Amino acid sequence: MAFVQNVPFFSIMLSMFSGIVSSVLPGKAAKRLNTAVIMLIGAASAWLLVWLMDTGGSYTFMMGHFPAPWGNEIRAGALEACMALFFCVIMLLSMMGGRKKLFDEVEVTKHNIYYILTDLLLSSLLALVYTNDLFTAYVFVEINTIAACGLIMIRQNGRTIEAAVRYMIMSLLGSGLLLMGICMLYDLTGHLLMSNIKESVVAIMAAGTYQIPLTITIGLVTVGLAIKSALFPFHSWLPDAYGYSTVSSAAMLSSLVSKGYIFLLIKIFYRVVGFEIICESKIPNVLFLFGLCGMIFGSISAIWEKDIRRMIAFSSVAQIGYIYMGFGLGTTEGMVASIFHILAHAATKSLLFISAIGLTDVSGGSRNFFDLTGSAYRNKVAGVGFSVGAMSMVGIPLFSGFVSKLLFAEAAVMHPTHKMMPTLIVLAVSTILNAIYFLKTVVRIYVPEKRELEAEKGYFKMTVGQQKQYTVTMILFIVMNLVLGMMSEPILDIIETGLTHFV
Amino acid sequence: MFGSNLIPNMGEVVAMILFGIGFANLLLQKNLIKKIIGLNIMDTAVYLFLAIKGYIEGRAAPIVADGVQEVEAYINPIPSGLVLTGIVVSVSVTALMLSLTVRLYKRYHTLDLDEISSRLKKEGI
Amino acid sequence: MSRKISEEEYKRQRIVRMKHWLSGEKDLYLDNMEVIPYGEYKPDKKQMELYEHDRDEVMTRTYDTEHNRVYRFFQRFYKMAAVLCCVALILILAVEVSYLPPVGSASNPASNEVAAKYIEDGLQDTGAVNIVTGMILDYRAFDTFGESNVLFIATCTVLILMRNDKKKGKGSAEDEERRDSFYEPKKDAILQMGARILVPIIMLFGIYIILNGHLSPGGGFSGGAVIGAGLILYLNAFGFEKTERFFTEKTYKTVSFGALLFYCLAKSYSFYTGAHHLESGISLGTPGAVISSGLILPLNICVGLVVACTMYAFFALFRKGGF
Repeated sequence: MAFVQNVPFFSIMLSMFSGIVSSVLPGKAAKRLNTAVIMLIGAASAWLLVWLMDTGGSYTFMMGHFPAPWGNEIRAGALEACMALFFCVIMLLSMMGGRKKLFDEVEVTKHNIYYILTDLLLSSLLALVYTNDLFTAYVFVEINTIAACGLIMIRQNGRTIEAAVRYMIMSLLGSGLLLMGICMLYDLTGHLLMSNIKESVVAIMAAGTYQIPLTITIGLVTVGLAIKSALFPFHSWLPDAYGYSTVSSAAMLSSLVSKGYIFLLIKIFYRVVGFEIICESKIPNVLFLFGLCGMIFGSISAIWEKDIRRMIAFSSVAQIGYIYMGFGLGTTEGMVASIFHILAHAATKSLLFISAIGLTDVSGGSRNFFDLTGSAYRNKVAGVGFSVGAMSMVGIPLFSGFVSKLLFAEAAVMHPTHKMMPTLIVLAVSTILNAIYFLKTVVRIYVPEKRELEAEKGYFKMTVGQQKQYTVTMILFIVMNLVLGMMSEPILDIIETGLTHFV
Repeated sequence: MFGSNLIPNMGEVVAMILFGIGFANLLLQKNLIKKIIGLNIMDTAVYLFLAIKGYIEGRAAPIVADGVQEVEAYINPIPSGLVLTGIVVSVSVTALMLSLTVRLYKRYHTLDLDEISSRLKKEGI
Repeated sequence: MSRKISEEEYKRQRIVRMKHWLSGEKDLYLDNMEVIPYGEYKPDKKQMELYEHDRDEVMTRTYDTEHNRVYRFFQRFYKMAAVLCCVALILILAVEVSYLPPVGSASNPASNEVAAKYIEDGLQDTGAVNIVTGMILDYRAFDTFGESNVLFIATCTVLILMRNDKKKGKGSAEDEERRDSFYEPKKDAILQMGARILVPIIMLFGIYIILNGHLSPGGGFSGGAVIGAGLILYLNAFGFEKTERFFTEKTYKTVSFGALLFYCLAKSYSFYTGAHHLESGISLGTPGAVISSGLILPLNICVGLVVACTMYAFFALFRKGGF
């Protein structure tokens, strides 16, 4: 066994270890530890990715002294390593970009708790990515939920606590359904490990004994995870949670937490049930329908919104709709497009949240759309960042959003049945709606405000020198967006190999 | 519509009804404490389901007694372990929800989530 | 007077006091119990009016079903949808359950080679007589590690919400005292006597459950919960002043940090050696002895410590916002 194969195990354990150690460290030391751990895990995941692409294939890693059907297992392939690397990068950048705000908005005595939550969030995301065992997945889903709730309400005003309550209620509904689904799956197959369940599922499908309960069970698990990742009718908690929490939390929640659940769902589709069986059932149609609704209604709500942070949050609803729409197509192309969109959306949405905070800071802290007039001149870095993010979301070539939209369109065109037309139409309508609210904001921040008015309201300018860390973060985010937009071939290659090894 | 095992699985049907009651409480109650109770009912239903699942007729609890280690002697130990994990998770989540409720009540003197929302809009933070 | 003791002493005797108390002449605990009557409630009129006004307005706006048609429609729609949703859920689940394998039959898919291996080889593989303990702390230890982290992270979030970080000594000394007496339990003789008898027994029982986790029903989680309950009873009887002598926030941090760290390192070692097919070098001992079954006993103790501390921490945080 090559030493690099230990990476998944080490990254999960290391992030948990750092979370535990942070509980006795002061805030600053916890911050350093957190940054170091995220960088280390990111570098290790990159190493693993390179190794896996070289050798090809995937491998399982025993967690304990007992092999497959008896002990726990984790599994790593190209797609998992890619996701882990990506999650680390986004988390690092989000933490860097929001660090200044964190000091203003969170009590000093609670800083180390913030880093504990981040460390454990990272560990749970990694475990969700790597796990090969459904019950482990459930435990880590719960850690993820509680950590996310902590991240929402660590900035304590009434709004965030109310948002946290709503978030918890929704996620607990989802967890209940997920747990019930897992228990029933165990009852039907007698296993908790993904690969063993799949063997049993194939046998059941061939024998035809337990088909009805199996279909309902898959439905339960899917609905549970869809509720947790804020698919359209279950998104009521999302705007408040993303809109009022401290900015690092908002960026991490939108780009990592919901993506972790979605990735778990993909794993369940491929590794527990089998993609063919999923496609034969009616479940993709339901996801397709809700995805389409989410794309339209999320964008419409965003157009009506006057608060810039809530607007970006509603745009998340639409983007999650895109991802589920890709699932709903029920083809491999749709799946690849969805996974690419997970990456593209994560990179873009965190950029948008962090640049929006730069814009509101120079507008007297007001998040109202009309107060932002001319803010891009007052904070040039944030202005550029927001424009890049907006163009990427709208789908202008060179940026990451364009590639994913192209992939969705291709997948729709190649789709054999009736789903092509609705996909293309809704894609077009949603793009136009996206353009309306994002470009209107970009125009608004680049309209110069009168000098006297700026002086009267006490607005100030932020130069690059005053916000070095923020500028570096912005540049890295923009570079990442451009890389995803212009050099998507190798990434698509990784996704496709990863999916073939998933089976 | 129903399958052939409805009667032998009556206990599980009860668990499912409990689950539905908990779900309805979580959705319909206005009072936050009642919502939390609904959540606990939901969790308990899952444990009941698991406990029933582990049971095998005429077998003993899975603790090795008198050196007997035949499969025929003991019930399935896995659901018991899952229940244990589930209970711990539920305790943590309940504590978190209760503390959130306490904070909201201290601030807004009400347990009604809708009322809190309107108050927040009035405050306009 | 033919008694050997004086009148005074005679009156102070327990049996005499008991007699008095029985005949209703004197309260036995009159001087021994401190009962602080609540001060008269004097509401601030202006504040109250403002609050009432706010409340009325909010209520009319929130539940203005007469004037707000959209709201009324939404409310009705939501209720109908929720009820329908739940009924549908129950029906779907009942249908599903009716197709599941029958309860209690030995030929269900769930009783397969996995359960068989746990039962047949559990004692030899893990050294634990209690198969469930062997399963959760050895075969499927990763889940259980995640589970203790759930407890840990839940305490962190409760800490965020409930910890009172405001500096003490902000108000006057009188305020301070009143607040303290609010948090401190009243000196209750019955409770104190009960606690004096019960707490040691509860603690011993908890320790017994933890140490015998691999031999009999029980283990770290249940034993830890019992010990936590004992601590909470002690706190309720004697107040924070006494518990602070041995249990402060620092104690909580050290104990849970140490236990979780040991857990993390021990399990990392065991996972690493397991995955690389190395010998772990931990002997399993004689099955049935208290010190046996390798890592399971120390892990049970760690889990027990974490759970006991967490339970006590939850209570103290809810009660006072600190330890």
